[in-house]
Amino acid sequence: MKFAVVVFPGSNCDVDMYHAIADELGEEVEYVWHDEDDLDRFDAILLPGGFSYGDYLRSGAIARFSKVMAAVKQAADAGKPVLGVCNGFQILLEAGLLPGAMRRNQGLKFICRPVQLTVENHETMFTSAYEKGEVITIPIAHGEGNYYCDEQTLERLVKNRQIVFRYHGENPNGSLADIAGIVNERGNVLGMMPHPERAVDALLGSADGLKLFRSIVNYWRETHVVTA
Amino acid sequence: MSLLLEPSAAMIKEQKLYREMGLTDEEFARIEAILGRLPNYTETGIFAVMWSEHCSYKNSKPVLKKFPTDGPHVLQGPGEGAGIVDIGDGLAVAFKIESHNHPSAIEPYQGAATGVGGIIRDVFSMGARPIALLNSLRFGELTSPRVKYLFEQVVAGIAGYGNCVGIPTVGGEVQFDPAYEGNPLVNAMCVGIIRHEDIQRGVATGVGNTVMYVGAKTGRDGIHGATFASEELSEQSEAKRPAVQVGDPFMEKLLLEACLEAVKSDALVGIQDMGAAGLTSSSAEMASKGGFGIEMNLDLVPQREAGMTPYEMMLSESQERMLLVVKQGCEDEIAAIFAKYGLEAKAIGKVTDDKMLRLLFRGEVAAEIPVDALAKDAPVYHKPSAEPAYYREFQAMPPYIPHIEDYNQTLLGLLAQPTIASKEWVYDQYDYMVRTNTVVAPGSDAAVVRIRGTNKALALTTDCNSRYLYLDPETGGKIAVAEAARNVVCSGAKPLAITDCLNFGSPEKPEIFWQLEKAVDGMSEACRALGTPVVSGNVSLYNETNGEAVYPTPVVGMVGLIDDLSHITTQSFKQAGDLIYVIGEAKPEFGGSELQKWLEGRIFGKAPEIDLEVEASRQRQLLAAIRAGVVASAHDIAEGGLAVALAECVMGASGLGAKVTIGGDLVSELFSETQSRFVVSVKKEQKEAFEQLVEAKQIGEVTDDGAFVVNGEHGETLIHLSVAKMRNVWKGAIPCLLKSKD
Repeated sequence: MKFAVVVFPGSNCDVDMYHAIADELGEEVEYVWHDEDDLDRFDAILLPGGFSYGDYLRSGAIARFSKVMAAVKQAADAGKPVLGVCNGFQILLEAGLLPGAMRRNQGLKFICRPVQLTVENHETMFTSAYEKGEVITIPIAHGEGNYYCDEQTLERLVKNRQIVFRYHGENPNGSLADIAGIVNERGNVLGMMPHPERAVDALLGSADGLKLFRSIVNYWRETHVVTA
Repeated sequence: MSLLLEPSAAMIKEQKLYREMGLTDEEFARIEAILGRLPNYTETGIFAVMWSEHCSYKNSKPVLKKFPTDGPHVLQGPGEGAGIVDIGDGLAVAFKIESHNHPSAIEPYQGAATGVGGIIRDVFSMGARPIALLNSLRFGELTSPRVKYLFEQVVAGIAGYGNCVGIPTVGGEVQFDPAYEGNPLVNAMCVGIIRHEDIQRGVATGVGNTVMYVGAKTGRDGIHGATFASEELSEQSEAKRPAVQVGDPFMEKLLLEACLEAVKSDALVGIQDMGAAGLTSSSAEMASKGGFGIEMNLDLVPQREAGMTPYEMMLSESQERMLLVVKQGCEDEIAAIFAKYGLEAKAIGKVTDDKMLRLLFRGEVAAEIPVDALAKDAPVYHKPSAEPAYYREFQAMPPYIPHIEDYNQTLLGLLAQPTIASKEWVYDQYDYMVRTNTVVAPGSDAAVVRIRGTNKALALTTDCNSRYLYLDPETGGKIAVAEAARNVVCSGAKPLAITDCLNFGSPEKPEIFWQLEKAVDGMSEACRALGTPVVSGNVSLYNETNGEAVYPTPVVGMVGLIDDLSHITTQSFKQAGDLIYVIGEAKPEFGGSELQKWLEGRIFGKAPEIDLEVEASRQRQLLAAIRAGVVASAHDIAEGGLAVALAECVMGASGLGAKVTIGGDLVSELFSETQSRFVVSVKKEQKEAFEQLVEAKQIGEVTDDGAFVVNGEHGETLIHLSVAKMRNVWKGAIPCLLKSKD
């Protein structure tokens, strides 16, 4: 299985994402510069955290116009797993691949700390390796993670089980319904504020993020069964 | 300002206009002699910034020479963008600390942000990949609205810049004291990793080689920033807000990635950050170090604003700019690397053999100055030094012994002192995890960052207890280095080397110069005793507001090497049943202590003593025990003494408690700040192995009842507190002060 890590000029979690896949998951992975327009050779697309184009305007507002995003949309339409973390989530929202919008954290400050999440839906291609309702520890690091959407959208998210992760205990950023991560209706595009790629090695505090990446690999293997 | 409005060379001399730029009459006469003519306005400005203390170290150079700077593992000592130390495996660590005090006093967010930006460029200009940031901050008391504003904005500025560039801010220190009320200190440190063969230097060599400009365009911001940094602050300083620059961390990120690609190319001859005194210092210093000259055509300099004069271009401190020297004919290769990141690398000049800095503007020579006169031959002053009267008074005082009735309330009171209280409010705002190498996050003795692809890690810390330095700069200087080494050792590392940021008042005052001399003497002695040479640093003088100097604050940034990840140790207790030991004995030493400052509202008397041989021997023993795997946790005893150190060990562990017994003079045992001491916890089964390696006294055990209990020798209870309550006080102190309206 082959992963793409999309690199915008201001991405800064690209290296972390790359090492999580290459070193901890042991799968093939390649960086893709933001001016590429073809992602056909990849089985899954990862949009890492950072500050895509500086994000002085609104996080992800410029990134949605980049060349590579057209290819990301194609991959999403083709049903490939697309994961956006932090700035990646913000970009997916701006690009319309996920519903809703991001506001500044309620406390108006950047927050970096490990938080607890509840796996709300363990039946997605991103969460199948987790137990139902499992509580996991994954770090956050963002200034704009206060997720918002209108009431009808929230109803749909709940009805379709699109809310995948919620903050457990204290909600650090004031997000609507404690939302930490959502998928699209089809279930192949996940956006989340917490950083699973920062939680793949117990030496650094938590390895709870590994199951997310393993779920993606499991899904891919199941859908690409080759008889030996 | 148009060219027509610039004063003529004659006017500059007659009306002594050079004085406004910080030059003295003697210095101006010297410039006239060097040039053999009167300098024009641009040239006067260039001399003024290059001869400012900030760029030339003219007042501090004779003192700095005392520092030990050599060692078998030192690959690059002071004088370049950053110092470099070998860590084996063909790898080296590059690091430096720098101040941005004056800009932060006027415009705290941008002042702090651009301080971070500058130090990052210093490190990647050596060819090193920045892997960690630290800082050291000093503010007045968190009671005035102005101090709260400075504190909040400085932290936000550091976060805003570092988080965006994507370099983790892994550690630092913050202290509060009225001495910093009008003149906060903002020191930023950057640490990078480099392969030996990639080490770059800021030199211009090879006649005909091309000088290239990369990064942000030059604007009218930060003009004369270096000069501003070399004067005291006053009510008029607010008017110098234009001397503060504005940071663009996204540009820095692009520049960082492009420069690290460029240093891999053989086409690159030299590279330097346009830091203080921007285009002037980078070109003059590179040429002087290389033994060549540089000629630049200022019409080619990328400019943000129309109508900029040579004076403005040369003195601008616009951020995120670098100057490169590239082999002739290879300009396109370098330009292509920068183009990938959307940056233009523009040829603006060439290396010459005449050792002159020559600037062309609109077809004419706008300035022509020997480069050595600007750089290595800048003036050096031996300032008079005098022992201050306050020092003699303090030394003559009888020892101060605080009177304590309620040990519980005293400990809680100490935990709520902002200097001791948890700094979570601060480091919560820093992305300390990005690049996923941070093994020990902020909040322990030293931060620990692993080196990917090896089994090694670096321990990083910044330290300086300036109260001791004020009471006794020589002893305090020793303590600053020793404490940094203690923190590094507690995390399982061997101390390697230091970088320092010498923040002092005006060197024109003999008493201040005496503080500087004595502090450097003390630091040098400690560096020799602990085997940690000084490989880089920065001097920030004139830290005064309306004539009042800050405490002498030579911040020590230390790097240590952990050669096996299994040696990484933190300060928190690990499990119930572990034995608690103290290394070192308390003496009644309260001069400059947290307790004295809190109870008396001021500090006086003698600083705690330090014996560097004892210090080195205890550090060696502790490190040997950590490496032998018989230490569960280790923490140095610092502000607030043993009681606070034990509290910190227990508050960082969830659900645990501690029960210890102490004897002797109780107030000293609990709260004295006697040096060279540690709190260590050890698994019961490793008791004997530990005791064979370390001289230490067992005082109690880690418990599982969430209570912190200190008993006297006769069984009487001295302290009995719930750890949860202690944690609330300790964590709540700073947020509470920031919220309060008084």
